[in-house]
Order: sequence, then structure tokens, then C-alpha cells
Amino acid sequence: MNSIRLFARFALDSARILGRGNWLYWAWLLALLCVIGAGALAWVHQAQAGLVTSNMRDQVSWAFYIGNFTFLVGVAAAAVLLVIPAYVYDWKPIKEVVILGELLAISSIAMCGLFVTADVGRPERLWHLIPVIGNLNLPNSILAWDVLVLNGYGGLNLLIVTYLLFSLHAGRSPNKKIFLPLVLLSIPAAISIHTVTAFLYNGMPARPFWNTSILVPRFLASAFCSGPAVLIVLMQLLRRFSRFEIQNEAIWKVAELMSYAMALNLLLLGAEVFKEYYSNTEHLIHMRYMFTGVGGSTAIVPWMWLSVGASIAAFLLFLVPWTRRNPLTLNLGCALIWAGVYLEKGMGLVIPGMTPDTLGEIYEYFPSRNELWIAAGIFSFGFLLFTLMVKVATPIMLGEFQRPGTKLVH
Amino acid sequence: MNETDSSRREFLCALAGCAAALAGSCSEITHTPFFQKRFRELSGEERAGILADLVTEQSERFGKQVTLTAEGAREGVLFGYALDISRCVGCRRCVYACVEENNQSRDPQLHWIRVLEMEKEKGIDFAHADAYYEAETVPRPGHFYLPVSCQQCENPPCVKSCPVGATWKEPDGIVVIDYDWCIGCRCCMSACPYGARHFNWGEPRIPDEELNPNMHYLGNRPRMKGVVEKCTFCIQRVRNGRYPACVEVCPVGARKFGNLLDPSSEVRYVLEHKRVFVLKNELNTRPRFFYFYGL
Repeated sequence: MNSIRLFARFALDSARILGRGNWLYWAWLLALLCVIGAGALAWVHQAQAGLVTSNMRDQVSWAFYIGNFTFLVGVAAAAVLLVIPAYVYDWKPIKEVVILGELLAISSIAMCGLFVTADVGRPERLWHLIPVIGNLNLPNSILAWDVLVLNGYGGLNLLIVTYLLFSLHAGRSPNKKIFLPLVLLSIPAAISIHTVTAFLYNGMPARPFWNTSILVPRFLASAFCSGPAVLIVLMQLLRRFSRFEIQNEAIWKVAELMSYAMALNLLLLGAEVFKEYYSNTEHLIHMRYMFTGVGGSTAIVPWMWLSVGASIAAFLLFLVPWTRRNPLTLNLGCALIWAGVYLEKGMGLVIPGMTPDTLGEIYEYFPSRNELWIAAGIFSFGFLLFTLMVKVATPIMLGEFQRPGTKLVH
Repeated sequence: MNETDSSRREFLCALAGCAAALAGSCSEITHTPFFQKRFRELSGEERAGILADLVTEQSERFGKQVTLTAEGAREGVLFGYALDISRCVGCRRCVYACVEENNQSRDPQLHWIRVLEMEKEKGIDFAHADAYYEAETVPRPGHFYLPVSCQQCENPPCVKSCPVGATWKEPDGIVVIDYDWCIGCRCCMSACPYGARHFNWGEPRIPDEELNPNMHYLGNRPRMKGVVEKCTFCIQRVRNGRYPACVEVCPVGARKFGNLLDPSSEVRYVLEHKRVFVLKNELNTRPRFFYFYGL
């Protein structure tokens, strides 16, 4: 009973935290709401007219939405990069920011869900995916597995974060017997979401560009670049705008780990490029479409080179200790990594995999304006959710917002 | 009712979810009660009710009496198809006969058969195929034609990939889709190596006078937007002992169809006397759609 009262109090206090903020906070929320509104209008248009409002067609039947979904699964998975050193190796400087990684994971999973909802032709039938009530096609369908692991991972992180914040707010020490197994479970869960999402593509021999066993490690390597890039920027913002003390050491460590992940990512990409170009089979055409274009169709070529260039530049910036410690080059590196991985997963995975189509036809896909607005709306929703959750979490973690009469346990 | 009204109503229905849908007030092509079960799980009685509702609804919508069955597979039947590449002239009559027979959308246009023009020099080479050839007369010199539709695989990757089990292989070998259960995720389209599956990107439209009123629930009944459809070997015809429309219309007799389990069938004759092959056999999909050179 007492716990329920405490939890109600926790919820109430959280709402109170959300209602307070300076003009910058409100302006940020307003800006996000505007983009969400525009995205919602675009979505209404899509729901009325059908997916014909996108530039997807039978030849390229998955594209921008699914690319974004895949990218965000990676971002969500990356929370694990922080959990491992923090809890497995008990590395203190990172421990405090793990919760931020988990909040990022929750926001990313929410965006993943929205991108899938935007992509399906009959969103009102998504309940068919619910086991027992609907009919989840297990064990055959990889998408069915993906539904399970993504929801499981989202739920797990939500549980961990809520429990942690609730405990801190109530002035209790989180019970390690409950808390630690959940945190440790989130490590394989994070790996599983990106592995299963890679299997979704990997398991389709109809698409030789995806049907390569290197896909899973490539997915994991790129995820460990893009997710932490967001966290590094966030850690610096929190340091500036709150009393949060995040040590430079933590940020540099994360940047260093990212440079290893990026090295692996580039190595795996290089292995793919070698295999395709050297063997020079009919399957090479997908990679040619990506890097040089085929028969004058070059819509995505500049983006792919931008992705490769950004990834290599970011790798170098994070590899050299001086540039990863300099705030300017550190943040430039984060932006480049984000751009490099976003373009690679958002455009470079799905579209060349589908171009040319299975019967050799080249349909040049580029997202329609309606698709771009819907995507912008979904991203804004994710940022909004993330902002609100960080807003609540920060003062509680700092002990600024505790139930009166309790002492800080941290 | 004009089309804007229709789509708005449908959208509102989607928003209002179960309440509106249960009341049965959705637009005519999303007739299905929101909580309808998978077709395969329905009892005989439930099926009969749904079929009767659909008949009323579609007859009203198109202003003519339609018939709709859900006739099942017959014992001892396994359908197979054989296409003679050396005879096909690339006239595309099969494409349009299929559109009319199977009530494919006219606007936006949707075709279940794609006829690929290939260069004789290159042989079967998808990378150099052209599905959009325009010719005064066919066949064009130096070219041959390869029509491709659903290969009705023994080992269908599309069925495996569907997250909700909305598509399956019937006992007579036809791969079908439950249009009322499909969520439109298009996994099956990514998984299909033959480009055989097609999505209703917009609201499918068929002029009233062009509707084929003889329908099968798992085949040619009008589809709704946002779901996937494909060739069913004309399930509404072949389960009544008729040929698929493409077989009937082919002016050069390049298309053969029959029961693979019947030793006297034409398709068995082709298998035994001609050298047949299947598309992309390295993928182990084991198509029941064979190609051969008859001449």
C-alpha cells in the first residue's frame, strides 16, 4: 500500500517537474510540437490516399520508413555499450549516464514502432501481431520475432528506468536483487534486437545484397557508433544546463569505444566491397547502384559517398586522442558519425537491396515530401519523449527532487 | 458516393477503430468487421455468413449480382503450370486477360503477370530484361519473351516471412492471401524472388461494367487498399475444372496447365517429354511453374 502511495507521489512529482522550465525548454517543446503537427497532417493524407503518397512502389516496396526503423533499432541497442562497462566492470564514471542510455533506448523503440506503423498498409490491423488475440507467425517469420524482442527490450528498459527513478525519488536504495538481473538481461536483449532486425534482411535469399552473413556484425558495429554519438552530445548538454557532474573521462571513454566500433564497421564494409567487386558476379549490380549508379540512375550515389566520407572522417577524429578530447572536434565527430550511419542504414541498406528489383528492373526511389514530413514528425515525437523523460530523470538523479524527509541515496 | 468521401470515411473508421468497424459502417471495401478472425480459423457457419455479407455488399457496390465462393482444394489435385518460351510472342494478352478475370485495379494499374523482353544473345538475364517494351509488332527480331507471375512455390519464402500468417499454401499447391488479415507490411514482397506480389498503394478501382462477378474469397474478389495480392492460378476457375484465363487467351498455345498428380494431364506430358527448368532454382523455392523450349 505504501509503495502505491509513493508511486502516485512519484508520478505527481514527475508531472510537476515537467511543468517547470525556462523559455528555452518551452520553445524547444513548441518547435517539436509544430513538426509533430506537420507530420500528423502528412500522416492523415497518407491514411486517406494510401501509401501511394510515398514514392515506394512494387519494385522498391520497403524504403525510407523501414530504413529509419532499422537505424533506430541500432540507436536503441547502443544503450548496451554503456551498460556493459558500468555494471559488468563496475566503471563508476559511466554509471550515472547509463540511465540516459536507457531513456534513449525507450525513445528509439517508440520511434521504431511509429515507423513500422507508418509503413504498413493497414495500421488498424496491427493487433493481428498480438500473440493469442491475433496470430503471430512464430517461429517462421523473422518480423514476428522482431516484434517480440523489440517490445520486450522496450518494456525491459522502461521497467529498469521507472524502478530506478522511483527508488531514488522515494529515497530508497534500489534493490540490487531486482535491479541487477534486469540490467544484465538488457545486455543480451539489446544485442538480440539488432541481430533479429538484421536477420529480417539477412534471411531473404531473394535479395542477394542482404543475404550475406556479415550483415549481423555490420549492424552491431554501426549501432555501437550511432547510439553513443547522441549520448555524448547529451552528456555535454546536461553538464551545462544542470548540476549533473559528468566527467570528461566518461565522454572520452565512450568516444574511444566508438572509434573501435567504427573501425570494425569500416572493415566489414570493406570486406563486402572487396567480395562484390572482386568476384564480379551478377550480384555486384546492387553495390554498383549504390556507389556509381547503374544506367544513369544515380539518385542515391552522392548520399552513399557522403556516408562513407563522414564515417571515415569520424573514425579518424575519434581515433586520435587529441581530437576526441577537443570539444569542437568531438562534437563534429558525433555529427559525422550520426550522418554516416544514418545514411548507410536509412538509405544505403534498404534501397540498393531493392534496386534493381528481383526481375532486374531499376526504379529510382527517393523519399517523397510526404514521407519526409512523416519521418520528421516521428523523429520530433521521439525527441519530445526523450526530452520529457530526461527532464524528469535529471533532478531525481541529482537528488533535487526527493520525497521530503529522505536522505539522498545515490 | 464520391471517392474522397469514401477514403475519408475509411480513414475515420481506422481512427475510431473497433467501435466504428463493429458497427459495420466502414466504406464498402473495408466491409470486414474489425474483429473478424483469420479465414482459416472460421467455422463453416461463420464463413457462410461472411460470404453472404460480401455478396450483398459487392452486388450493391457494382450494381450487378455477384457470386462468391470459398471452394476448397480437391483431393488428389496438385496444380502445375508449364510455359513454352519458344512459342511465347510477347503479345501481353495474358496480362490483360488476367487483369479482367481477376479484378485487378485499373487505376492505379496493377498487373499480376510481367512479360519480360530479353535479348536472344544474352539468354535469360534479368539484368538486361525490359518489362516496358513498346513494339508495333511482336516478337521483335533478336528478342524472346519471358512472362513471370507467381511461381506457386513448393517452398514459398513469402509464406515463411508473413508475420501474421495471412498467406499460406493450399493443399492443391496454390499460395493464397487472406486480404482481410494482411496488415500490409510487405515482408512477403521483399522475400519473393520473382516480383510476383503486388501491393495496393492506392485505392484500387474497377469500373462497374468491367467487374468479373464470379469470385473466390481467396482469389479475385475486389481488394482494398493497403494489402498485397498475387496470382492464384485463377483459383475461382481451376477449382471448377476450368483453365486459368491466361491459358485460355494465349494465341500461340504457349501456356499449359493441369494436375501434376494426373499422369494423363498436359502438364505431366510436358514434364515427361520436354526439358523443363524453373527460375532461380538455386534459391530452392521449388516452383510449380515450369518453363520449357517446346520447339
